[in-house]
This record gives sequence, structure tokens and C-alpha cells, in this order.
Amino acid sequence: MADFVTSLPSLEAIDATPAQKPRRLMTEILYDWVTTVDHKKIGLMYIGSALLFLVAGGIEALIMRIQLAVPHNTFVSPEVFNRMFTMHGTTMVFFMGMPILFGFGNYLIPLMIGARDMAFPRLNAFSFWVSLLGGLLLYYSFIGGSGLYGAGTAPDVGWFAYAPLTAKAFSPGHSTDYWTISILLSGIGSIGTALNIVATIISMRCPGMKLSRMPLLPWLYLVLSNMVFITVSPLTAAQIMLMFDRYLGSHFFDTQAGGSAVLWIHFFWIFGHPEVYILVMPAFAFMNEIIPVFSRKAIFGYPAMVAASVGIGFVSMSVWAHHMFTVGMGAGANVFFVLSSMVVAIPTGIKIFNWLATIWGGKVRFATPMMFSVGFLFQFLIAGLTGVMLAAAPFDWQLHNSYFVVAHFHYVLVGGILFAFFAAFYYWYPKVTGRMMNERLGKWHFWLMVIGFHMTFDFMHIPGILGMPRRVYTYEPRPGWEALNLIVSIGALFQAIAILLFVINLIRSNYKGDIAGNDPWDAWTLEWSVTSPPPVYNFATTPVVYSRRPLWDIKHPEDPDWNYE
Amino acid sequence: MSTIPITPEVADEPWVLPDKGTVGMACLIVAESAIFLIFVVAYIFYMGQSLGGPTPQQVLELPIFTTICLLSSSLTLHWGVAALRKSKVGAFTAWLAATFTLGTIFIVGTGMEWHHLIYVDGLTIRTNLFGTTFYSLVGLHATHVIVGLAMLLVALVAALTGHVKQEHAHRMDVLSLYWHFVDAVWIVVFTVVYVLGR
Repeated sequence: MADFVTSLPSLEAIDATPAQKPRRLMTEILYDWVTTVDHKKIGLMYIGSALLFLVAGGIEALIMRIQLAVPHNTFVSPEVFNRMFTMHGTTMVFFMGMPILFGFGNYLIPLMIGARDMAFPRLNAFSFWVSLLGGLLLYYSFIGGSGLYGAGTAPDVGWFAYAPLTAKAFSPGHSTDYWTISILLSGIGSIGTALNIVATIISMRCPGMKLSRMPLLPWLYLVLSNMVFITVSPLTAAQIMLMFDRYLGSHFFDTQAGGSAVLWIHFFWIFGHPEVYILVMPAFAFMNEIIPVFSRKAIFGYPAMVAASVGIGFVSMSVWAHHMFTVGMGAGANVFFVLSSMVVAIPTGIKIFNWLATIWGGKVRFATPMMFSVGFLFQFLIAGLTGVMLAAAPFDWQLHNSYFVVAHFHYVLVGGILFAFFAAFYYWYPKVTGRMMNERLGKWHFWLMVIGFHMTFDFMHIPGILGMPRRVYTYEPRPGWEALNLIVSIGALFQAIAILLFVINLIRSNYKGDIAGNDPWDAWTLEWSVTSPPPVYNFATTPVVYSRRPLWDIKHPEDPDWNYE
Repeated sequence: MSTIPITPEVADEPWVLPDKGTVGMACLIVAESAIFLIFVVAYIFYMGQSLGGPTPQQVLELPIFTTICLLSSSLTLHWGVAALRKSKVGAFTAWLAATFTLGTIFIVGTGMEWHHLIYVDGLTIRTNLFGTTFYSLVGLHATHVIVGLAMLLVALVAALTGHVKQEHAHRMDVLSLYWHFVDAVWIVVFTVVYVLGR
């Protein structure tokens, strides 16, 4: 083999003959998926399960918005409302956000660094299934939360589950246990996959791909995976403590026996805040790949982008207590966490400017992925600005746990991260299925999503400033509150329709989409050098790269990138 | 397009990347360190906060002998892997057996300590905050020792049945990395629980 291992995969090397597979039984196909250790199939299962949980979490959000559309509504009871916001938050963070980011990472990283598979394929499968088990257990709580004797109930302690509400005395039954164990399992899966990603990126890059030539997507996954070790582990430890408290009668968070409720808040947010950066890193990663391709320019400031990512990784570890300004930590701690939180804006700003500079002077193609990317840039910027506002402790004292906070973090999670994921879906779908997604439906999806998003989350800031607290199941008909809440709820409906169009597009394009070919976007990273969908073995010959844009070098042998790097 | 472009003149430097097993274990160690850190923080945070007895001063004794056993087991494993690298399988098996024995002595010692604490001193995980944090921190470490012993036992059985050869040295490197980590954690636990906490 050694003789062949000297160049990029030439077109002859690619086995382009479509394997005419015999029709197989449904059970055989299912068996294939359940037992697979292939990174592409595991990636797709991650994404598929995440989409199912997105729909579940979305329905929970809609139930909340219907309840809050008008004052004194009785659509759901207060108890059900508590379960809805708990399940919505837990689902979206642990069983939609984490799986979908690992799904894209699983699928793309080996292809982008020229590897055959992930470093530990069986660990990869284990991590996926254990995460999925966690998600299924969480939803099983609807049936089994009170034990088999009574009606079902889901966890209702909120997604950050402050002590001592989670103590056996205040949360009887098993619903909180399902919450704990599902997060514990999700954490094990996350650590397993993060470990796999780091080992893959460090040890399996193709010849010539130094870290300084690696595409930015693997770079960001390297940073976020390292963050997973340091942030998800504390949550795992805290969940073990909570289980000890509930099952063995220990006193970690038992205030009656001298335990501390504040300790749980610290432990949770030591996880909780960096988690937001873990979720946003893939969004940055997708922007780094999509914006250059649709601006027909190489990314502006590659080293600055890498440095900013690593910088965000480090700074994000020391900002958790900005969730705790109202706990009463004292002036010294407050000042520290105000400053460290504001410092995050600097590397993030560097990224925004680099993306703008990439677009600047480029030949921009406004295909659907690029439209979602531009939406991301605007919305993520606003989300960051309200973030800086909330990082100021006195401002936070006023608005803590109000709808302003809810609007802020949904601006990050929906306006930023979800938009970036939609961009990624439209961008890599042709690679995964071999067919393009429908552009017309895509544009409808984009505009409905933009309208719905801004109706919901722009207007949600104002009730917060007017004093509406989060997690109330209904409210008095006060001036301003009624109209604003109704607009917010109507916006949610627009978003639901947009996502429905997206799902239709996903399914329909798989059968009716235009044939994509290997490289429909005229892109530059290695995944576009193989067939769509990629063969199971990924690369017929191990590629060798000499620059950050290996496919540019192939397409433009007269002016290769290595002359400029 | 089908022709491969001229490649830039590069010295054909060998393309060597770190071993994936070592990298994976290093990642696991970082994650585990974070878990231990949280338990250690909880231990220190609740030091002297118990509402009732027994207190560490009354019931804890320095586990000097078992500590020496556990720490020296790191050395024996290190020498064992070094022997394997030189293809001395017999010496490797002997050192591995010694490591396993020393680790077992440690875990038996912990078991005896716990038995004494529970049945003589009446300290359980429910008794007070000291019991809560003590059993969970020391227990978390003991769990890691047991997992390490299980892996050492697998290696030992493989060695005794003649399945371990020189080329497996790098796998033993990964295992010994874990074992050294468990020992290093014990130094922290020992310092916090038996020195500072008493």
C-alpha cells in the first residue's frame, strides 16, 4: 500500500460503481443499524434521535406557549406546566443539543481529516446507545414516574433542579430519579464520544495534515471535547451525590443535616455555563466551513480563529457564577464573575469580525446554507449583546429569572445554534444522501423561521423587563403583558410550521432531490473528494494534504494554497 | 482533473502521530480528575460541618501500611512494563502478580477499615456529613482501584496463559497510565481525608 499513499485520492481511485445491492429484509437492515460501529451510521443515528427529541421538546414548548398565550389560561394545570418546562429544558440540552453536535462530529470529523473511522468505533457505538437509553428513560418517566401504581408523572424540578427541591421529602416518587439517571447516562455517553473525538483528531489525521492545516471544524470539536471532560464530569459527580442523597440517605444537599443547597448551584453551573459554549462551538465550526465556501474566499484569520476558540474554551470555565449574582456571594466574587463573563465577548467578537472579513469582497452565493449563516451572524451578535448586559451584576439583580433571561439564552440557542445547525443540514445533506435539499422549500423554511423567531424572542425581552418571571404558569392581565405574550405565542406557531417544512424537505429530498454529485458546492475540504454518500471505507487511498484547502490544490494546480500558508 | 497536481517539494519526514490508546486514556484521566475534584471540594467544604459525631479525629487512623502497598504497586507495574518492553515475559508476569497482590492488600485494608467504622464506631453514610463525604470520596477511589484490579487480573491471566508478548507493551502502557492515576488520586485523598481532615 505504501506506494499509493502519496497523494490525494485521484478520481480513478474512487470506486464509483453503484453497488447494486439485493433487496434486504427490514430486520436485516435494522440489525445492520443496531450493530454498526461505522462512524457515519452512528453519526446519522445521533442526528436522527436528536431530531426526534427536538420534536418532543418542541411540542413541550408549544404547550407552554399555548398556556401563556392569554392570561388566566387553564390549558394545562400548574403541575403539568412544571413538568413541561423541566422536560423541555432537559430534552433540548441533553438529548437534542449534545446528540446532534456529536452526530455531526461523528459523521464529519473522520471524513475531514482523512481517516477511515473514529479512533474507538465500539466505544463510539456504546456512547450513542447509552445516551439514547438516557433519553428514553427520561421519557419513560411519563409512565413510570410515580411507580406503576399511579398515573405517570415527569420530572418537575426544573432543568437545573436546585436543592433542596430534589430531596426525597419534596420530590417523592421516582420522577426526579429518572431525571438524575438519564443525565448521568447522557454524561457517560458524552464523555465517551468526546474522548473518541480527541483521540481521533490527535492520532488519526492523514499524512501532511498538521494541526495548523486542519480544517476549523475539527479544531472546534477538539476544543469542545476537551471542555466536555472538564464540565460534564462535575455534573456527573453532582448527580452521583444526588442519587446517594435520595437512595442511601446521605446529606450532600440536605440542608436539615448541615448540607448546602448553594453547593449544588455551584456544581450545576460549573457544568451548566460551559455547556452553553460546548453547544455553540459546533455552530462556530459550521460557520467556519460554510461562510468561506459561499463567499468563495479562504477563511479570514485562521490562526486568530483557532486562538479565539481555545480562548473561549479557557475563559468559559471561569464564568459559571454569573448565574448566581442573586445568591449573595459577596462583592469580590461578583466582580470577578462580572469581569470574566465580559471577557468572553472579546474572543467571540474576534470570530464575528473574521466571518465578516471573510464575506467582505467575496462573491457571495445566497443559497439556503448561506442564508441561515447570515441569520446566525446577526442573531448571535444580538444574543451576545444581551449576554454582556446580563453579565453586569446590578442589571442581573433586576432581571434575574425573568423572561429577559429566557429571551437571551433562547436567542443564543435558537437564533444562534439552531440556525447554524439548519445551515449545516442544508450544506452537508448532499454529502450524506447524494441528493440536494429543495432550495424553494429551504427558502420558505428560512423566512418562516426568521419571522417566527423574531416574533417570539424579540418580544419576549419586554415582558421580562416589565417584570414577568420565568416559570409562572399563568399571569394577571396587566398592561402590555397580554399583547406581548400573544405575539410570542404566535411566533412559536410560525417556528413550528417552519420546522415542519424542514422535516418534509429532509424526507422528500431523499427521494426526489436533484442528484448532488461529489462536490455540489465547489468546496475545499476532504469530505467533498469522496462520493456522495461516502463509501463505508471513506477513502480508497489515504489522502495526503499540503495545505488547509486540499481540494483547492487539486482544482487549481497552477495556484495552490501552499504558496500562501 | 484526474492528474495529481505536483506536490510541493517536501522532505519526506515520517508521519508519526501519538498513540490513540495513550491519548484516549489521557482524556479519561482528565475527565476522572474532574469528577474526583468535585468530590474533594465537597469533602473540604463540609470539613467540620457535621452536626453530630463521630468526628474524623475520633475514628480515623492513618492507613500507613496499605498506602505503602498501593504506592509501591505503581513501581512494580512500571518495572513490569519495562521488563515486557525488553521481551522478558517471565519477569513481567512476576511484577504484574506483585502489583495485583499489593492492590488487593490495599482494597482489603479499606474493607477492614470500613467494617470497623460501620460496626464498631457506628459511622455510616447516613450518620453525618463526615460519613457522607468520607464514604463517597474513599468509595469512589476504591471503585477505581477495583476496576484497575479487574483489568490487571485480565492482563495477568493473559500473561500466565502465554498470550502476552513484547508487542503488547504499549497496551500495558495504557493500563499502567490508569494505575498510576489511581495511585496519584490516593495521594490527594490521603492528604485531604487523613492529614488535613483529621
